[in-house]
Amino acid sequence: MYPSRFKYEAPKTLEEAIALLDAGKGDAKVLAGGQSLVPMLKLRFAFPDQIVDINNIPDLDYHRFDADGTLRIGALCRHEDLEHSQTIALGQPTIAAAAPLVADPIVRTRGTFVGSVCHADPQGDWAAAMIALGGHMIVQGPKGKRTIDMKDFVLGPYTNAMNYNEIAIEAVIPAPKGVARGGYLKLERRVGDFATASVAVSLDMDGGKVLRAGIALAGVGGKTIDANAEAAFLVGKELSPSNIVKVAELVAAKAEPRTDHRGSSEYKRQIVRTFVTRILTAQSAQKVA
Amino acid sequence: MSSSLFEEVQTPPSGDISVRRVTINVNGEPRTADIEPRLLLADLLRQGLALTGTHKGCDTTNCGACTVLFDGRPVKSCTMLAAQADGHNVQTVEGLGTASELDPVQEGFKQEHGLQCGFCTPGMMMSAKALLERNPNPTEDEIRWALSGNLCRCTGYQNIVKAVLWAAEKMRSN
Repeated sequence: MYPSRFKYEAPKTLEEAIALLDAGKGDAKVLAGGQSLVPMLKLRFAFPDQIVDINNIPDLDYHRFDADGTLRIGALCRHEDLEHSQTIALGQPTIAAAAPLVADPIVRTRGTFVGSVCHADPQGDWAAAMIALGGHMIVQGPKGKRTIDMKDFVLGPYTNAMNYNEIAIEAVIPAPKGVARGGYLKLERRVGDFATASVAVSLDMDGGKVLRAGIALAGVGGKTIDANAEAAFLVGKELSPSNIVKVAELVAAKAEPRTDHRGSSEYKRQIVRTFVTRILTAQSAQKVA
Repeated sequence: MSSSLFEEVQTPPSGDISVRRVTINVNGEPRTADIEPRLLLADLLRQGLALTGTHKGCDTTNCGACTVLFDGRPVKSCTMLAAQADGHNVQTVEGLGTASELDPVQEGFKQEHGLQCGFCTPGMMMSAKALLERNPNPTEDEIRWALSGNLCRCTGYQNIVKAVLWAAEKMRSN
């Protein structure tokens, strides 16, 4: 399969890349990891006139914590970097749990965190994680940088809130108020398949008490499901069995699963309920230990 | 697939899309080619450079048969533009060993009968090679995990896993 013809540039600075996007007037696309874009080009779902490959721009492949605990992930940080990162293993449990579950090991060597969020696939892992974590995206265009909150970033399937002449340069996850806890579970028929259902949970804890709770779902709706309002039930409470059952029920009700070849809608809702319960129960067990 | 596809994309395209000259270090040798930007790395290797050991299975980023090492890390060469490899190192299955001197991974596949039809084998071996470079003493689970992006429709994976365990032991004893 061949993509349709396009012009290709691999600039060495962000400014040049943004100028190319601007000149493209909406017919230019950013190529980062390419693990969603290249298949879409080959299927001709996407047929831009201009590809702007950002892989030659230096210093975008980082992920690091600021002194205050804010996590910053650069536009060229690959899934694999996060999967093997000690920094992430020690400091950000939701991302640490999700990284090994993204696509398959070969795709993870190329695909990027930021690119996956931008792709806004309703079954994408990272958009769900970012919503649960209460993160935001930093995007840069001809007029400079701006911040887009994750709750406003994904507009619908494969649609994000950026202008055509902007590049997402960094994903930011705010410092936890207490201790960062959380997890990620995904049901897939085989490695690399789209998720039947995924659940991302992020908690800020003070001892046994929940200070902030975020939950988002993938694969169970026309877009990433933001269940942060339902998760807020836990704020100020302990992770007791009855509170866990209650929030799992609220979140499962928020899912909008459809019956398809991956399972019935009720089956998928039950998976959501089960995954929320499992992740939260594991956190409450950790607290005792 | 006929070889005409490569010639077709080598035909200068209409309009203002320019052919790019790229130099890629393939199996330790610099190779220079004039390519259209939409040429995929898998097709440059197979049709441009006649390195047909890299197989194209699904062409949709699922099967991993086209896996090569890009700067030492496994990538699906059907899911990367050849233009992106300009100035980088690519290792294909042809770069693993020679007929008289097999790479331990190749020897493992021979010793443990890690293939039937052989179509997925080049991709399996490149993923296995990358795993063993990073982890010389993998468990069976780690091998299965590392190969989970490579599909085999013949063997049920058992002998492939044994082949990689064999190669790991051979490499450690060397």
